[in-house]
Amino acid sequence: MDSTAGDDTAFVRFENVQKSYDGEALVVKNLNLDIAQGEFLTMLGPSGSGKTTCLMMLAGFETATHGNIFLDGEKIDNTAPHKRGIGMVFQNYALFPHMSVAENLAFPLEVRKINRSEIKSRVQRVLDMVELGDLGDRMPAQLSGGQQQRVAVARALVFEPSLVLMDEPLGALDKNLREQMQYEIKHIHEQLGVTVVYVTHDQSEALTMSNRIAVFEDGVVQQLASPTELYEHPKNAFVAAFIGENNKLIGTVTEANNGTCTVQLDNGDVIKASAVNIDGVGSKTTLSLRPERVMVIPEKDMPDHMENVFEAEVLELIYLGDHIRTRVRVCGDDEFIVKVPNTGAGHHLAKGRRIDVGWSVADCHALDAS
Amino acid sequence: MALPSYASPFERFWYYAFRVICALIFFFLMAPILIMIPLSFNAEPYFTFSQKMLTLNPEGYSLRWYAELFSSDSWMRSIRNSFLIGIASTVLATTLGTLAALGLSRAHMPFKGLIMGILISPMVVPLIISAAGMFFFFSSINLAQTFLGVVLAHTALGTPFVVITVTATLVGFDHTLTRAAAGLGAPPTTVFRRVTMPLILPGVISGALFAFITSFDEIVIVLFIAGVEQRTIPREMWSGIREQISPTILAAATILVMISVALLTVVELLRRRSERLRGIAPR
Repeated sequence: MDSTAGDDTAFVRFENVQKSYDGEALVVKNLNLDIAQGEFLTMLGPSGSGKTTCLMMLAGFETATHGNIFLDGEKIDNTAPHKRGIGMVFQNYALFPHMSVAENLAFPLEVRKINRSEIKSRVQRVLDMVELGDLGDRMPAQLSGGQQQRVAVARALVFEPSLVLMDEPLGALDKNLREQMQYEIKHIHEQLGVTVVYVTHDQSEALTMSNRIAVFEDGVVQQLASPTELYEHPKNAFVAAFIGENNKLIGTVTEANNGTCTVQLDNGDVIKASAVNIDGVGSKTTLSLRPERVMVIPEKDMPDHMENVFEAEVLELIYLGDHIRTRVRVCGDDEFIVKVPNTGAGHHLAKGRRIDVGWSVADCHALDAS
Repeated sequence: MALPSYASPFERFWYYAFRVICALIFFFLMAPILIMIPLSFNAEPYFTFSQKMLTLNPEGYSLRWYAELFSSDSWMRSIRNSFLIGIASTVLATTLGTLAALGLSRAHMPFKGLIMGILISPMVVPLIISAAGMFFFFSSINLAQTFLGVVLAHTALGTPFVVITVTATLVGFDHTLTRAAAGLGAPPTTVFRRVTMPLILPGVISGALFAFITSFDEIVIVLFIAGVEQRTIPREMWSGIREQISPTILAAATILVMISVALLTVVELLRRRSERLRGIAPR
C-alpha cells in the first residue's frame, strides 16, 4: 500500500498535527498521516515517542496544539469525545467495576437509547464473538486478565463503530495469551472490516497484526510502511534497530553509484552495500544487516552472490533450538550476531574458531549515521 | 493471634498486659456513655443509682423520663429542629463537598493547596472563633436567629469532612473509566451519574454521615446563632442541665446514642454491600 493513501480515500487524516503539553516541547511534531477505511494501522514506537498522544487526540481526550484531524471527511477537532463514535480499548481495559459484563457491554447501547430487546441480542452476539457467551452475569473482578481483555474489545465493538482505537491492549497479558489475542483481534478485524488504529511498543505484535505500521520516534513518524517493507527495507538507522534484530557497522562512504555504495569501516575493511539513506561520498553511514541474512560459508566453497566475505572469530554460541545464535568478531565489531539455522547436519562451529561469513549487497543497507 | 510457643516470659507477660490495657482504655471511653442508659430508666429525679436500682428491684426503674421527653413541646421541637437542620446541612455539605473534591482531584487544578486549605479551615479554626465570626457576620445580613443561618453555618462545618473523604476515595479512582465512558458515547452528566457517582459513593456516604453527626451534636454555633425557635437537641440539653436538672436529658441522650449506633451500622452494611457488588470485597 502506498504511504499516502490519496486525498479522497483517507478515512482518518492527521494534517500538520502538533501537540505540546507545556507550550514549549513538542510531543508530536508535524504529523501527517492518512488511514484508509478498513485498515489495521499500528503506531509503533518506544515510550515517549508521541504515539499514545496521537491516539488520544484522535479519541478526543487531548487537543491538538496545531493542525487538524479529520474523520470520514469531517473535521473533528471541535467534536466532544462522546460524539465521535469511536470505540476504544484501554491499556488497563477500563471496565466499569460496579457493572456486570453484560451491563458493561450494554452501556454504549443504553446511552444511544437503543431498545431493550435489541440491546440484549447485541450484547449476546458480541459475547459469543469473543467466546464469553455464558459469563455475562460475572463482575469484571471475577474474570481473568484475558477474559477482561476480551470484554474490553467486545465493549469497543458492540456499538458498531467504524473506527476502533487500541492503546497497548495486550500489555498486561502473559506471552502465550498475548500471542493468542493478537490472532483473535486480527481475525475480528478481518471479519468486521472495521478500521483499527493500534498503539504498541512491541514490534512483533505490530508485525503480526498490521496492514501498515507507523514507526514513531521523538514525535516524528520515521517510516510508514507495510510490515514486510519495514523489515526488509528500513529507511533509517532507528527503524532498522527498532524493528527486528540488526547488526550495525559504522563507516564512511567512499564511492556511490547506481543505488550501491562502497563503505570503508573505521578498521579499514571495505564493504559493498545498497545505498538507502546516505548523504554522498565522504559522509558517515550506518550499515544495517539482519543476523539471519549473514551466511557462514563452508571452507573452499565461495558462493558467487556474496559480494562481502570476511573472516570472523567465533566468540559465543547460544543454542536456541531452531537456530544457533553466534556472536562473532568481524570487521572490528565484537557484537556481530549471526543466526545459523539448525539444519540437523551438525555444525562445525566452536568457540574461538575462525570461520568465513558473507552477505550480499542487497541485504546490507547503508543508512543515516545516527 | 495466639501466643507462639517460643514466646519468652516477658512476651507472655506483655501478651496479657496488652489486652488488659486495651480493655481499660475501652472502659474509660465507653463507661460514661453506657452508664447513661440504665440511669435514664431511673424512677427518681436524680442522676445517681438509687438503692432500688442497685438491687434490681423493678420499682426502681421506670419510663417516666421518656414519657416526659415525648410529651414536652420544647424537647419535641428541638428533636425536629435537629433533624431538619442536620439533614438540610448534610445535603448541602455533601453536594458542595463532593463537587469541590471532584474539582480538586483534577490533575491541572490551579491553587489546589490553597483552595483545599480554605475548605478545610472550619475544621482547624477553633469553633468558638468561627461561631463568634459567624454571629457578627450573620447578624449584619439578617441571618442570625434563622433556620437558614444555622443550616449554612453547619454546612460550612460539615463540608470539610465530605471534601476529605471524597478526595480520599478519588485517590484510588481510575480516571480512564470516565474517559472510557465518554468514548463509549456517554455525555458528561451520564458519565457522572452512571460511572463516577456509583464508584465514589462509599466516600460520599461516609462524608455525609460525618457532616450529619457534626451538625447533630454541634452546640457552640447554635448557642451564638440560633434563637429559641431554632433550638436543637444539644442546645435543649444545655439549658436542661443549667436550668432544671432532670433525667429527661439522659433519656434524650440514650435515644441519641441509639440513633448514632443504628446510623453507623446501616452505613457500614451499605458500604460492605456495595463493595461486594463490585467484587472487590476481601474474601
